[in-house]
Amino acid sequence: MKPRVAFFDFASCEGCQLQVINLEEKILDLIDVVEVVSFREAMKESSDDYDIAFVEGSIMRPMDEERLKRIRKNARILVALGACACIGGVNRLRNEWSVDEVKKEVYDEADIEGNRLFDVFPTKAVDEVVDVDFRIPGCPINREEFAKVVAHLAIGKEPRLPSYPVCVECKKNENICVFELGKFCLGPVTRAGCNAICPTHGDGCEGCRGYLDDPRMEAAKDVLRKYGVSFDEMMKRFNMFNYRKGAI
Amino acid sequence: MGRDIDIEVRHLTRVEGHGNIYLNARSGKVEKVLWEVDEAPRFFEAMVRGKSYHQLSHITSRICGICSISHSLASLKATEAAMGVEISKQTELLRRLALYGENLQSHTLHVGYLVAPDLLGAGSVIPLVKTAKEAVVKIVGLHRTANMLSEAICGRATHPITLEVGGFTEIPTERALLGMREELENAKGVCTDVAGVVLAHADRLPDFTRETEFIALTNDENYAFYDGDLGSTDGGRWPVEEYLSITNEYVVPHSTAKYTRHNRESYMVGALARFNLNHAMLSKEAMEVAGMFGLKPVCHNPFMNNVAQLVEIMDSLVDSIGIIDELLDRGLEEESGEIEVRAGRGVGAVHAPRGLLIHDYTIDGLGNCTKANCIIPTNQNHANIQKDMEELAPAIIDKPAKEIELTLEMLVRAYDPCISCSTHYIDVNFR
Repeated sequence: MKPRVAFFDFASCEGCQLQVINLEEKILDLIDVVEVVSFREAMKESSDDYDIAFVEGSIMRPMDEERLKRIRKNARILVALGACACIGGVNRLRNEWSVDEVKKEVYDEADIEGNRLFDVFPTKAVDEVVDVDFRIPGCPINREEFAKVVAHLAIGKEPRLPSYPVCVECKKNENICVFELGKFCLGPVTRAGCNAICPTHGDGCEGCRGYLDDPRMEAAKDVLRKYGVSFDEMMKRFNMFNYRKGAI
Repeated sequence: MGRDIDIEVRHLTRVEGHGNIYLNARSGKVEKVLWEVDEAPRFFEAMVRGKSYHQLSHITSRICGICSISHSLASLKATEAAMGVEISKQTELLRRLALYGENLQSHTLHVGYLVAPDLLGAGSVIPLVKTAKEAVVKIVGLHRTANMLSEAICGRATHPITLEVGGFTEIPTERALLGMREELENAKGVCTDVAGVVLAHADRLPDFTRETEFIALTNDENYAFYDGDLGSTDGGRWPVEEYLSITNEYVVPHSTAKYTRHNRESYMVGALARFNLNHAMLSKEAMEVAGMFGLKPVCHNPFMNNVAQLVEIMDSLVDSIGIIDELLDRGLEEESGEIEVRAGRGVGAVHAPRGLLIHDYTIDGLGNCTKANCIIPTNQNHANIQKDMEELAPAIIDKPAKEIELTLEMLVRAYDPCISCSTHYIDVNFR
């Protein structure tokens, strides 16, 4: 029997689910090996009976936590989809301030006191609320990697992420190191799997796939010092997708 | 004797983001009909504070996956306006191509994947793979071509890589543009075929008209996407810097909702607004698509927004080919320019697929953002959706409940709402 697959989204741009649609003709192959039972962005039907749940987005509110816990209960396998779900991504940037402060900045005097839709806490990644079985990182996800993970799960194999840095893929693409072009790059500490797409197009890696399990942070900072990157600039770059209060 | 009807559509499907529809009728009289959005707020305007000018477009592109290129470009234009950065003609042409790539992708996704199932009586495009395979294959092909164009210019279709303050980190090769030109040329026929499929089922689009105001960018040179003044079908033209006097965000007494209004109680932005305002600038091929459906300005039927999107698909294809020809004639050249940091405030406006999009930044002498405001197309449409619902619901209240529900869903879908763009958003307390 084909595994039953469901997609869910929380605070995000829904760009990762869009990458599933962006598989274009390949989707037709994928729906041969799995049965999609819920995908709100693309279909009207939905079901709570599924084996694999793909969860996009960060968790912001108690009402989101409740919903996520129900999904976890229903799913045999839960896969975090994209940077917002895996590490909090850009959504975590607001954790630099208190919830009250960011509410005031955006909604100003509007009366949102006591309204549950606005009842937010600091941004959390999915694994800060429930157990996550697998991760497909990136902002957005690499659709080829997504297809590979689905194929693995469909035949009961465990998908594995690369354990080496983006630099490896960048070298394979024979790119000039973007540091040599006077740019900034997080490739040395970031998990590969994107085929070094940003450096390949002339921009530094922003770390959207999250750090390696054991990143050589001190060595990376040495590199940044060598190229004369200021501490302030370095913090801003490190924080873009991987914000941790008061730390790198 | 009328019936009692209660409709609740939680998390409306086949739209981007989370929204709900409620309807209560007693004895055949509509007591309440409501469009509610319960997307989690994300606070982008707060989070860009203190970030460097070169990070802003990369952060704000993440407001929306479907319109990340528009957000990047509105962001870059605002940053460049604030810091007094000039861009070259080549950069402008390439940016227009990038916008067209996104518009083609977004409109094809909407008409082909999100709306077509309603017209063909299916819950999604998946069963249509079996029942209407030929049409689905054409739609998928058009979608692929659109993404190829975005990828050729931006390095990636979603969350563009190459767009940066002042220009591009990388420009496409002439060979890539020539290949793209051929793809786009072939896509024109596919577009006509897809329009034919929609036309065959166009009787399912409700004949509903409510007069409203349409607002869009407008200019004297082209069918405005990248640049223009603010224009209204009620008359008037204003520089984008005066956007606050057009968008007039306000809070309704019984809720925290931010609505927008200009001359009337609501206005509409998007493909239909652009068509109504700028139809004279459309290509002959695009006007032929409009002619297939009898679409004429000024059209006040919101369901015809789907048709206006088809018209724009054709026009974006035709205009993209024209831009590629112009780029090839000029010859592509690598450009590089030092960016000089300067304090200031700037407004950048572009057309996202769903309509007028504005970013407004204040940047300090160190190149850091101190204040941001983003006006999102869908936010401008929420009040218009609500007003449409209030007029449409009583007119169809004698129909079967399922049909009322579907018609209200189709109304919201017609606007192609993009709810994740939740920097400001509507919220209404409902019993």
